[in-house]
Amino acid sequence: MDTATSLRASSSLPLGDAAPGGRPGHPDASVTALVRPVGHPLGHLDLLESLAIFIIREVAAESERPVLLFSGGKDSAVLLHLAAKAFKPGRIPFPVLHVDTGHNFDEVLTYRDAQVEAEGARLIVSKVQDSIDQGRVADPGPVASRNRLQTTTLLDAITAHSFDAAFGGARRDEDKARAKERVLSFRNSFGQWDPKKQRPELWQLYQGSVRPGEHLRAFPLSDWTEMDIWQYIRRERIVLPSIYYAHTRPVVERDGMLLAVSQWVAPQGDEVARDVTVRFRTVGDATCTGAVRSDATTVDDIIREVSTSRISERGATRADDRFSETSMEDRKREGYF
Amino acid sequence: MRDISRTMTKLPSPPPSGGQELGADTMDLLRFATIGSVDDGKSTLIGRLLFDTRQLFDDQLDALSTASERRGLDEVDLSFVTDGLRAEREQGITIDVAYRYAATPHRKFVIADCPGHVQYTRNMATGASTADLALVLVDATSGLREQTRRHVCIAALLGVDQLVVCANKMDLVDWDKSAYQGIVDEMETLARRLGLVSCTVIPISALNGDNVVERSDAAPWYDGPTVLDSLESAEAGGWASQHGPSRGSGARLPVQWVLRQPGGGRAYAGMVNGGPFRTGDAVVILPQGLATTVRAIETADGPLSRAEVGLSVSMRLADDIDVSRGDLIAAVEDPPEVTDTFDATVCWFHDRPLVAGDRLRLKHTTRVTPAVVESIEGIFDVNELAVSAASSLRENDIGIVRLRTALPLALDSYQADRITGSFVLIDELTIATVAAGMVGRPSLHC
Repeated sequence: MDTATSLRASSSLPLGDAAPGGRPGHPDASVTALVRPVGHPLGHLDLLESLAIFIIREVAAESERPVLLFSGGKDSAVLLHLAAKAFKPGRIPFPVLHVDTGHNFDEVLTYRDAQVEAEGARLIVSKVQDSIDQGRVADPGPVASRNRLQTTTLLDAITAHSFDAAFGGARRDEDKARAKERVLSFRNSFGQWDPKKQRPELWQLYQGSVRPGEHLRAFPLSDWTEMDIWQYIRRERIVLPSIYYAHTRPVVERDGMLLAVSQWVAPQGDEVARDVTVRFRTVGDATCTGAVRSDATTVDDIIREVSTSRISERGATRADDRFSETSMEDRKREGYF
Repeated sequence: MRDISRTMTKLPSPPPSGGQELGADTMDLLRFATIGSVDDGKSTLIGRLLFDTRQLFDDQLDALSTASERRGLDEVDLSFVTDGLRAEREQGITIDVAYRYAATPHRKFVIADCPGHVQYTRNMATGASTADLALVLVDATSGLREQTRRHVCIAALLGVDQLVVCANKMDLVDWDKSAYQGIVDEMETLARRLGLVSCTVIPISALNGDNVVERSDAAPWYDGPTVLDSLESAEAGGWASQHGPSRGSGARLPVQWVLRQPGGGRAYAGMVNGGPFRTGDAVVILPQGLATTVRAIETADGPLSRAEVGLSVSMRLADDIDVSRGDLIAAVEDPPEVTDTFDATVCWFHDRPLVAGDRLRLKHTTRVTPAVVESIEGIFDVNELAVSAASSLRENDIGIVRLRTALPLALDSYQADRITGSFVLIDELTIATVAAGMVGRPSLHC
């Protein structure tokens, strides 16, 4: 892999000088301990893939009505790809659910329909707009973020379809509350997560039994980092929505974030819409997902960009995590993804 | 409130790196867990390690600074890097395991920062059950506590055989060599009796970063490795890790799912453990005891002639025999023992004591079966490192029990194979996981 090699050679990561015995200032006494051990015959991507497939098969086998949550973002694209690999040459033995906020990037909806069809899965769409129309949630207004409202729509869909397990693409490196969550995360009959009462989860013994009305969230990508996701996308040639790659579009700068101008986002007050070359690092509700300035038009470019970024994925792109120190924990307690 | 860069006095100006790893598709992976008693500094050490190796992003550092300030702290509290829950920050303790990820050009790390409090031993066991190495924190001002010994015992029973011990808070004892030496003596005795492979003791201050990533000149009498040196040179992918090879069991594939082939026929999906499978291998289906051979090994990317340990595959067999989820395909040489009655070492996590006659569900590999406790054979004393008689096991006790299951199980001893030698017990009423079990009795070198 050319990119990998050149990155390795040009990098100045602080630990780069820790070659066996090569750290300056080390007495000889410690040198003997610094011999590189022989690694596993499989590389880290192979191991991450294999464990994710193991988890998907285990949950599919132990639950009655599983479902895969699909947002059209890169993590759910990887998850759908892994689900397909887990059951080849058969089809994915569960449906795919998209919780649609109604604030979508057009590219993402087109992509969603094409991907789900390509994998031969059945798509269920649950709309936040329906929850608003039914009076299940208050309408926050046409331009406000509907991110938090998704929880009600999601839990209603889980109840309506009697789903007892929902696969999600969440990763532990995304957020400090996610970092605490088990691979199989138990939800009570109100859909709530109790971080103080998580089940012990030892070895690879994923224990997925639930009682009627309760359900599990299963996170097969728990141990993947943003970099692992991109490396895997490169290796498996996974197609993503075009907005992940650099393109020029009108944006406004708000709260230090670049928001795409759309039917929901228009310049307010002193704000001016400007054409900027950007890409999206995550894909969510269009009213609160920020773009980042970027010229990365290929996966290799993005891998290079991710390896030198000083800002975390959610820090760069999610307005909804900025409300308070524990936004994600609070939303997860309510039943969020 | 001091500025974070001044608090972190040892920090040179940050290079333009988010601390993510480089673009290579194959790197080796070391999983380690922090263990030890509450308040001995586990979370602070992980915060320090991540900070000094520049694995933290600017927005995460800003958030740490703000969170510390809001709690009226004078300095940035590095434990907030992993203590992410509201209740944890409130109380300044760790309740559940936090997983963090780090990478150097040498390897990737999965870090399980475990709670020290006795009440959360089940969470510590969760974090340690997949670790290659345990990073043990000992407070140099107070020495080894019972809880530290309990954690080291649990880690050793789980098969974590590499210890890196941090004699922490050395700054509070003026870097007194005798305080360090006392911990070395106690830990080495403990490690020897538990049969551990390696035990390195490092004098550190997690708060100030001495001997964590950078060598400290505060202890000129110490010439061993730093914490990071030890982590970079430890054996990865060892026996106890998630995908490690077995110690003496042959190839095994617990069947997870039966895949029907388009042209008829079936393939049995699961993850390989114990040793590699090759096409043409003679195998036995357990518990039935039927012999056949491996006709093909398949993955979504195509067929394989050899499947390594840790790989998820599907397998086709030469003979058309009845195989379903929960069955085990094993190499015909040295197969596991099929039995419905066996002794096991268990860590009990329920607040109701475990007694003879208790009925539970047991999950072993991909099979779930009712089980009954025939007898409590004894309790493991973490101070004496000996088994004594007991009639019940209380929460967080480690004991030896005799179990009988409704379905026969294909078992290896945990010492031989951590996949086919491990199980969990499930409460029938709450269906919560209430015990971690290891087939066989603890092996001690007393």
